[in-house]
Amino acid sequence: MLSETSRLLLTERLKNYPPDRKASAVIYACYLAQEDNPDHYISQQDVRDIADLLDMDATEVQGVIGFYSLLYEQPMGKYVIHYCNDLPCTLRGADQFLHVLEHKLGISHGETTPDGLFTLEEAMCLGACHRAPCMQINLEFQEFLTDDKVDRIIDMLRAGEPLRANMADAVQLLPQSPLA
Amino acid sequence: MTTLTIDGQVFDVAPGTTVLEAALANRIDIPRLCYHPDLVPSGGCRLCLVEVEGRPNPQASCGLKCDEGLVVHTQSDRLTALRRDIIDLFVSDHPLRCAVCDKNGACDLQRYAYQYGISETAYDFELSRPLFQEDNPFFVRDHQYCILCNKCVRVCDEIVGANAIEVAGRGFTSHVATPFDGPMVDSACVFCGSCVQVCPTAALLPTSRLRKGREWELTRQRTICGYCGVGCGVEFATQGQQIIYAQGYRAAPVNGEFLCVKGRFGWDFAQHPDRLTQPLVRRDLLEPRPPTADGRPLATATTPTEETVTSDGQRSSVGGPPSAVRGRPSGPGVRRPSVVGRPSADFVPVSWEQALDIIATKLADTVKTHGSDAVAGLSSARCTNEENYLFQKLFRATIGTNNVDHCARLCHSSSVTGLGMAFGSGAMTNPIRDIRNADCILITGSNTAESHPVISYEVVRATKLGANLVIIDPRRVPLVDHATLFLQPKPGTDIYIFLAMAHVILREGWADTAFIAGRTEGFEAFEYSVREVTPQVAALMSGVPAELIEQAARMYALGQRADAPSADGRPQTADGSQTDNTDYALRNTQSIARGHSTILYAMGITQRSNGTELVLTLANLAMLSGQIGKPSTGVNPLRGQSNVQGACDMGALPNVLPGYQPVTDAAKRQAVAQAWDLADLPAQPGITVVEMMHAVLAGKVKAMYVMGENPMLSDPNLTHVEEALRALDFLVVQDIFMSETAQLAHVVLPAASYLEKDGTFTNTERRVQMVAPVLPAPGQSLPDWQIVGQVGEKLEAKLGHAAEKAAAWRYTSTTAIMDEIARVTPSYGGIHHHRLSGEGLTWPCPTDDHPGTPILHTAKFTRGLGKFHAVPVNLPAEQPDADFPLILTTGRILYHYHTGTMTRRSEGLNWRESRGYAEVHPYDAEQAGLRDGGPALVTSRRGQVRTQVRVTDRVPQGTIFLSFHWKEAPANVLTQDFKLDPLAKIPEYKVCAVRIESPKAAAQGKQAAGAVEA
Repeated sequence: MLSETSRLLLTERLKNYPPDRKASAVIYACYLAQEDNPDHYISQQDVRDIADLLDMDATEVQGVIGFYSLLYEQPMGKYVIHYCNDLPCTLRGADQFLHVLEHKLGISHGETTPDGLFTLEEAMCLGACHRAPCMQINLEFQEFLTDDKVDRIIDMLRAGEPLRANMADAVQLLPQSPLA
Repeated sequence: MTTLTIDGQVFDVAPGTTVLEAALANRIDIPRLCYHPDLVPSGGCRLCLVEVEGRPNPQASCGLKCDEGLVVHTQSDRLTALRRDIIDLFVSDHPLRCAVCDKNGACDLQRYAYQYGISETAYDFELSRPLFQEDNPFFVRDHQYCILCNKCVRVCDEIVGANAIEVAGRGFTSHVATPFDGPMVDSACVFCGSCVQVCPTAALLPTSRLRKGREWELTRQRTICGYCGVGCGVEFATQGQQIIYAQGYRAAPVNGEFLCVKGRFGWDFAQHPDRLTQPLVRRDLLEPRPPTADGRPLATATTPTEETVTSDGQRSSVGGPPSAVRGRPSGPGVRRPSVVGRPSADFVPVSWEQALDIIATKLADTVKTHGSDAVAGLSSARCTNEENYLFQKLFRATIGTNNVDHCARLCHSSSVTGLGMAFGSGAMTNPIRDIRNADCILITGSNTAESHPVISYEVVRATKLGANLVIIDPRRVPLVDHATLFLQPKPGTDIYIFLAMAHVILREGWADTAFIAGRTEGFEAFEYSVREVTPQVAALMSGVPAELIEQAARMYALGQRADAPSADGRPQTADGSQTDNTDYALRNTQSIARGHSTILYAMGITQRSNGTELVLTLANLAMLSGQIGKPSTGVNPLRGQSNVQGACDMGALPNVLPGYQPVTDAAKRQAVAQAWDLADLPAQPGITVVEMMHAVLAGKVKAMYVMGENPMLSDPNLTHVEEALRALDFLVVQDIFMSETAQLAHVVLPAASYLEKDGTFTNTERRVQMVAPVLPAPGQSLPDWQIVGQVGEKLEAKLGHAAEKAAAWRYTSTTAIMDEIARVTPSYGGIHHHRLSGEGLTWPCPTDDHPGTPILHTAKFTRGLGKFHAVPVNLPAEQPDADFPLILTTGRILYHYHTGTMTRRSEGLNWRESRGYAEVHPYDAEQAGLRDGGPALVTSRRGQVRTQVRVTDRVPQGTIFLSFHWKEAPANVLTQDFKLDPLAKIPEYKVCAVRIESPKAAAQGKQAAGAVEA
């Protein structure tokens, strides 16, 4: 279910579009629904609600969710880790820190830890090759990764520290991720 | 015109044509997988790449508009290399199991793989989407064969408007999916199979063709669908004496490739074991014996050769296991349960000779003893023109009475009467294909998507192109999802809305004054009659906001498009105040820029005790706005049965001869009589369907002959109908199944279905098309024209008429009958079988060289001037009161047709919808203590039916809806027959007063009432 706040946000956003083009806001609506959900995914009920709110068919909404890799149809961990395995990152040792991650979390890619904290997913290039190797946790970038940094990021999140970009670095490299 | 060069040849094409269209139109083949001429190009498959001189990269020709001077090459080494690679990529994710594939020989991918020599893939991928889904009895989905061309998704959205499927997932997990990958039945799917039709591979296949033969092993026959009045062309693929599958074909003038669920999948009734295969006669009629003490005839009189046949036509009719519901349909070996009830009389099979003898003797005796008018006949809107013609000729020429009618009386007699009064011709004024180009479509009293699905595809197309759709209906019909305006009046009050629309059009100066002055009469009285009916009055009476009525009036009168630049409600004048809409100015030379508006209506208008008046009101609106006599305009009654238009045209009506020549017109009557070699014909109009039942009980009609009709389910007030049919001295029923009516007959004759005979059907747009046999007729059953011919021959002899008269009934073919029709029917004067191949002909077609008339009333109305009628406001005859507080309205549902004799014997259709139900508004359900899916009793002053509740807001509060297909819950037990339309004699099926209650509450109520009485 979309929260009251999300509904207000969506109503506000819909003012940007003509009344018969509500579908333009579908990605935003999906994003809001996913943020509202404690399991970090868009439920079937959400899909129906969004379809109703935006004058779409449920199949169309589902098609959009299926297409975008950051919109989820299944329950996810609190932190979804997208690690990049594309060429620049791999040349800079990405496959090595993947093993570290898998070992540290006790899961392989595509899985969620039993405590529901982490989900590990492959990604094809996050657009941050100049800071390779990198990964994205929810929407926050973690860059110039090393074994040690990966280890510390997981520990910090387990300890309940708030998620932020480059959280293992003393100096913030990026102000904020653009979508946050 | 735009000039371009393709492969060195120069072509002139219309502006806006794409390169691919231009090439295909000129027989230059460009490979393509995702292109379909009826769909918006998607450019997804990339196979249609072409080289354009001056452009460095190849372009997808499906989306490339022809520019002046474009030079295109469709073949080059580079293109071949690219296409090979693209095909290779498709093949890499498609199993190359052509040897065991049902689509072998008809697969587009296979064809291109062959042309470009791709025998195996260079890409070593594992096949994705290993998913085979068989969740409905109509078609299977094999995702492995899917090449994601998206044609199915697009056809579902752009043509059908159902939007049931969409591509889900990405990359290798992309697949065509229903919502949440659930079964088709839980999606918005209407099972029309259009997706199956356009699928280029074996990803979507009709279940009926699985492992039943490859393309080259099948025989193809094109014919016309026998269900509703749209008249779709269907191509049947058969092997031996089995239909393997049915599909649409592009050349079909009405539907192109698209069909609905009944046309594409509803043909299996033809080979149902319940089919009648031999003439049957009631035992007591064959050997009259004194009845036993309990009133039953003696059962011991069988001769050794006789077999007892129960009234469902079966020798061994003990029911097998009920066929599987949901999931796999039962296999060929599984006996399907009979839907007809237990025997009500003993029937004995006899020879044709014997059956015809009995019929001729009985009918001749009746004529001799009680006079010609003691015989009445019901002809059939599901039989061909030739058969209807012979049937009415049998009554008029041989028996000598005008007592012949058919079920058009019960559906569109008010259209025939009303449009006849206003325009002079009671039929659709414009062709179905016109609808897609309309700017505004007004639909009222028609559940088009369910009753005429293929016409609803045209409407959906028009709305996708930017047309306005206005729906005026008490029920929230499925097309409302595509509508710009939805006006939901209280049942019976729509007349106020139409009058108020006329009021607004006059007030705002939107009327087409030139048209009114030049082509119509009676305007002053009409104008006076709507002066007081303001939108505010209409709003008060109908519950529809006045503003919506004003908007509807504007859209309709001006033919405004949804995407028109000016939608502010001001008239667009051609004097410069509105210059940006040149399109309209060009189309219309009147002072007001006017688009094209069309009215579609059906039984919600006609099946009313003021049906004729409502039809006149719609005709008034069209003339007032000048929206008639041009393409994409007109007043269009959508007719419900395959040949209901033709049956009317052929004079299977009590007041007119073939071609609507009144029986009271001595000159016309005598001309027909002369053609039939008679001095004169009966001049007194006969009695109509409902009047026949009254006349039987009054002792005026003694014998009836019913051809292919089932009044025991279709007529109003069934209890009364049954009483009447049982009171007859003699009843002959000619049908394909032992219908509820046939069970009451004395003689039952087995007829061939539309799949087993030839002849012509006239569809709702007046198009006469050829019907061709696909299967042999089962057993001894015969086409109706042969049966009627033989009855005619015998009856002439028994009546003691001259021998030539009997000989005249020996027709050798339907072609000969059609030639005779052309001689006596002016509007069919030029219609002969040899002219009907291809697109058929639309009447009026008076001479052999006449091309037919797709649009009526172009230069002048059939009656000369169009006539405005001042229409009084009449409300439905029966209004709700304290005892019967709800309004019942009846109609059809998508999966069934008429009284269900055919569709309920079709496995798939019956799987999808196997029980009747009542649509009840949530509020009314709560008031009556009913739950969704629970039982309910619906009671009117005339009877009671038990049915299932479906709680839905499709109906407004205070109204319930029942479909009339179900013999277990016959809606027509409830409907009224006391007040007919005074002119058309149509009963009011759409409104009667009822109450609904749960069976428990009803029992308690009875107890309480009993206690009070005690």
